Amino acid sequence: MAKLRVGVVSPEREIWSGEADMVIAKTVDGEIGIMPEHAPVLGVLVEGGVLRIKREGESDLAAAVHGGFISVANNDVSILAEGAELASEIDIAAAKDALQRAQASIEADNEDADARLEAKRAAARLRAAGEEV
Amino acid sequence: MGAQLRLLRRRIKSVKSTAKITRAQELIASSRIVKAQQRMQAAVPYEREITRAVTGVVSNTASVDHPLTREKEQPATAGVLIVTSDSGFCGGYNANVLREAEALRGLLEERGIRAVPFVVGRKGVTWHTFRSREMGGRWEGFSRRPAYADAKEIAGVLIDSFKEEDGIDEIHVVYTEFVSMLTQNVIVKRILPLEVEEAEVAPGEAIPPYFEFEPTAGDVLNSLLPRYVESRIFNALLQSAASEEASRRRAMKSATDNANELIGVFTRQMNQARQAEITQEISEIVGGANALADAAAGKE
Repeated sequence: MAKLRVGVVSPEREIWSGEADMVIAKTVDGEIGIMPEHAPVLGVLVEGGVLRIKREGESDLAAAVHGGFISVANNDVSILAEGAELASEIDIAAAKDALQRAQASIEADNEDADARLEAKRAAARLRAAGEEV
Repeated sequence: MGAQLRLLRRRIKSVKSTAKITRAQELIASSRIVKAQQRMQAAVPYEREITRAVTGVVSNTASVDHPLTREKEQPATAGVLIVTSDSGFCGGYNANVLREAEALRGLLEERGIRAVPFVVGRKGVTWHTFRSREMGGRWEGFSRRPAYADAKEIAGVLIDSFKEEDGIDEIHVVYTEFVSMLTQNVIVKRILPLEVEEAEVAPGEAIPPYFEFEPTAGDVLNSLLPRYVESRIFNALLQSAASEEASRRRAMKSATDNANELIGVFTRQMNQARQAEITQEISEIVGGANALADAAAGKE
């Protein structure tokens, strides 16, 4: 079966690239699963989503993706993320800490948009790393 | 004679210490160019993908009508983003950028458009404040190592001002393109409104696929275009950072070469002076000895 060629790129670096059997991402419309021979799609990803890349014979690759786009064409999948972190790069303790701090400042000021964003990002990091949030 | 010798020695010493500094700056700049180039390389995949995505959306929608692509019939003001450096010691780098920016300002004024400068880099900011020119925005402190967040902030300010009814109608950017270690060119480009080009697909070239959009083409375009502008600005910042270090390296190399040449000249002058002094001393001694010998011979 044909494989997907996947590239996860952020403006500052290429985060991951390789072949995969399935890519699952979360767009603003909901989760989308891409398998080989998928029709061309261009979607807007949600802030603080988790990207999963399934590969044959290897464990799934998870990454926290902070906003961006997914584009699929001719078995090429590219994830353009403003910021993305692979599960293996995530510092769980730091993410938990960030989440707590962000939640504290949301409680203090409900209109704090920065803190909400930060909380979403921290939660995505934890989910990507396989932690329960 | 002794005074001249001392003076030359002192000058040689001071030129030598200057050469040491410029040599160090040159080496630092060389290593930074490599890093700046790596950052430029690292940003290439994202730029390529986002350009492809924008092309994809634009070629799928019959008529693109978006605030960022809409041309004003009578543009009145234009924002000019000028990318300069924070620190000096980089030869003509800033002067070249500012000269092009001035030329652009002249061109815009000929068309009856007022140019509002948005300046990146301490040198450009100083240049504008010294001439008491009003700036639409100023950013300092990241010219050597721009982060994407910096580009995002600049793009945010520019796009907001662009969207305002009485804000700016066009956005131009003046930056230095990094071609190679030896060649950097100042580039003047209009980034907004984005130009949508109609192009025929050349035979043999892949036709852009017919995309489905999540959620809709309009929404995708809405979030894609600002990212595209950010990416263009980020690219300009990265290119400029690499060019800045390249100009600095070149300026510091020629400063070091000049200093070494000067040291050579001074050393020769010093040797000449020392030789002249010795010759004079010898002739004085010989003259004195002769005089003594003559006097002794005269007595006998």
